[in-house]
Amino acid sequence: MMAPSTVHFVILAALLFGIGAAGVLLRRSGIAILLGIELMLNAGNLALVAFARQHGSLDGQVFVFFVMAVAAAEVAVGLALLVAIFRKQQAIDVDRLAIMRW
Amino acid sequence: MLNLLWLVLAFPLAGAVVLLAGARRFTHRTTAAVGVGATGLSLLVALGVLASYAGRHGEVVTQTLYRWIAAGDFSVEVAFRLDPLSAVMLFFVTFVGFLIHVYSTGYMHDEPPTAFARYFAYLNLFMFAMLTLVLGANLLVLFVGWEGVGLCSYLLIGFYFEKDWCAAAGKKAFVVNRIGDFGFLLAIFMAFKAFGTVDMAGLQAAMAADPAAAARWATPIALLLFVGAVGKSAQLPLYVWLPDAMAGPTPVSALIHAATMVTAGVYMVARTSFVYALSPTALLVVAVVGGLTAVFAATIGLAQNDIKKVLAYSTVSQLGYMFMGAGAGAFTAAIFHVFTHAFFKACLFLGSGSVIHACGGEQDMRKMGGLRHHMKATYWTFLVATLALAGIPVFAGFFSKDEILAKVFAAGAGNLHGYGKVYLVLWGLGVAGAFLTAFYMFRAVYMTFFGSFRGGPEAEHHLHESPGVMVWPLRILAAGSVVVGFVGIGFFGPRFNLFERFLHPVAPGVEVEGWHAGPALEVGLIALSVGVAVAGILLARRFYFGPDAGAIPARLATAWPRLYRTVANKYWVDEGYDAAIVRPTNRLAWWLWKGLDTVVIDGVLVSLAFFTEIAGDLLRFVQTGNVRNYALMVLGGAVAAAAWLLL
Repeated sequence: MMAPSTVHFVILAALLFGIGAAGVLLRRSGIAILLGIELMLNAGNLALVAFARQHGSLDGQVFVFFVMAVAAAEVAVGLALLVAIFRKQQAIDVDRLAIMRW
Repeated sequence: MLNLLWLVLAFPLAGAVVLLAGARRFTHRTTAAVGVGATGLSLLVALGVLASYAGRHGEVVTQTLYRWIAAGDFSVEVAFRLDPLSAVMLFFVTFVGFLIHVYSTGYMHDEPPTAFARYFAYLNLFMFAMLTLVLGANLLVLFVGWEGVGLCSYLLIGFYFEKDWCAAAGKKAFVVNRIGDFGFLLAIFMAFKAFGTVDMAGLQAAMAADPAAAARWATPIALLLFVGAVGKSAQLPLYVWLPDAMAGPTPVSALIHAATMVTAGVYMVARTSFVYALSPTALLVVAVVGGLTAVFAATIGLAQNDIKKVLAYSTVSQLGYMFMGAGAGAFTAAIFHVFTHAFFKACLFLGSGSVIHACGGEQDMRKMGGLRHHMKATYWTFLVATLALAGIPVFAGFFSKDEILAKVFAAGAGNLHGYGKVYLVLWGLGVAGAFLTAFYMFRAVYMTFFGSFRGGPEAEHHLHESPGVMVWPLRILAAGSVVVGFVGIGFFGPRFNLFERFLHPVAPGVEVEGWHAGPALEVGLIALSVGVAVAGILLARRFYFGPDAGAIPARLATAWPRLYRTVANKYWVDEGYDAAIVRPTNRLAWWLWKGLDTVVIDGVLVSLAFFTEIAGDLLRFVQTGNVRNYALMVLGGAVAAAAWLLL
């Protein structure tokens, strides 16, 4: 069995990113969108770690910790927003928020 | 003592600041104490400075306070210069100024406390500005004072600003003066460009060091300076503001519009006489403008019925004499006339103020008459000052006016710069003007003080002599109108002309070469000018005195109605300016407002805003409100950016 190389990790990260983006774009549920965003962030993390391993540098790994912290904060705010939306219209369908335009 | 020179200016400035700050709280007594006190202290310091300066013959003392502008090798100091010329001005400005402050405490007493304080604040500020003008050691400091007196003049002419015409008169004075100031400013720029300095002494040295440049630049600089003088000293064609300036309180007319500020133009010409001396053309222009103004204003004075207007036109006319003298190269004679004129004209104005005060604000001489029985002190002082103005011997005006006429005649006879004929004509105009002066002044005296009172029994009942604070300045100025002429007796030769000997080091003047008046001719000239003055007085007596007073002039007016109306309406100069300059300017301003500003400039801005709004209206449809739509755009943008970076 061949040891996974950087290319494999990057392909996996790209796939994950694509799935996440598709989820964000296609799903109407706010929870699902947050999940998609989470997937995209972690795809990025995976790529960072992979390149860090290739270059033998810790910079990429340190960066991942920052991304995780920011993602946690983002989810906290995002869920709070979803709670507010749910209270407003008993659903978390983001398309129905289009009434807030002009 | 000499290093206290700055205190002369500091006192009036401090007085003005204190009065402006306390205007709402001060009583009449406090205001008078501060206002008069500041000027009085200034006078005392000035006298002390002059006393310690007296021993130094023609020396120039400069006091530098601090460096005002320093740019490269150009620097301007706030510096004051005491030399014979500024010493003369310093003396009479502080002296006459102090007397007029004292007089004002009586004249303005009926004003409410706030207006009273405002009045004295402006008056003190004027003293500061005038002294800055007089003592400034370079053209810029002089200009600061020049603008300062203009500002105070504006404020005081419009003192009764609740009345429309007073406010308009102030505005007119300011605008007309600005025209002159523009010329003055250009002259300063030109002096700086040509010689790299605006300092009097520096400029004089630079012009002496480079005669070729001096000869090239003297005429334009001198002519532009003269434009400034024409505005400030009310000469043709910018004299129109001075008669209107009579809208201000009468002591203001005496101080600013007779004794001091309006003579600033003459002073400035004498101050820069080293420039004028190099330019025959400029001298000729100065003399011609002065001579024409002297006669022109005198003829208008013949038909005025407002006592202050008569004096105003008389002032314009006398300023014309001063410029005529300066234009003949006799700067000391011009300053001598400034000096004597300050005394007798201030006395006349204050006397007219006393008369107006007694008549309850009436200024029309047709409603006066017989006042000599009611106000003896005012009558006698007015008479003395009138005799001085008319040029009757032993009174001050005789010596100074005769000195000017003699110098102009000498310039004519000696063919100065080859313009002898012009100077002779000007001399003739001067003599004619002397006749007119004597006539219109005695017309005023007879109409005001002789005959019977024509203002109605009600007003007659109120006639009274003015209080002591008003009468004593009159007496002192009248005494001055008698004695100050003796410092400049030209007839016995230069040895007795103390005034000219004193001023000679700073304003040497232009000598007429190769011609000297013999004693017989000199006596003849004096006899002629005294003769025309006496003739003018006798004619005025024939016209306006006795049982048929006013009958002959009335008949003349009916015989030549058109001529009379032209003169009485001041040759329609104001109407002409109105039609030729004021109204076209107003129309242009209106057009610029309604056309250029509203349509073009506002139009550009409004249409810019309009198109921005339209663009926004269209672009907001991009915002669907659909979150996933936005996410798609972000993704698209990110992909596009990545693609652009990679490919």
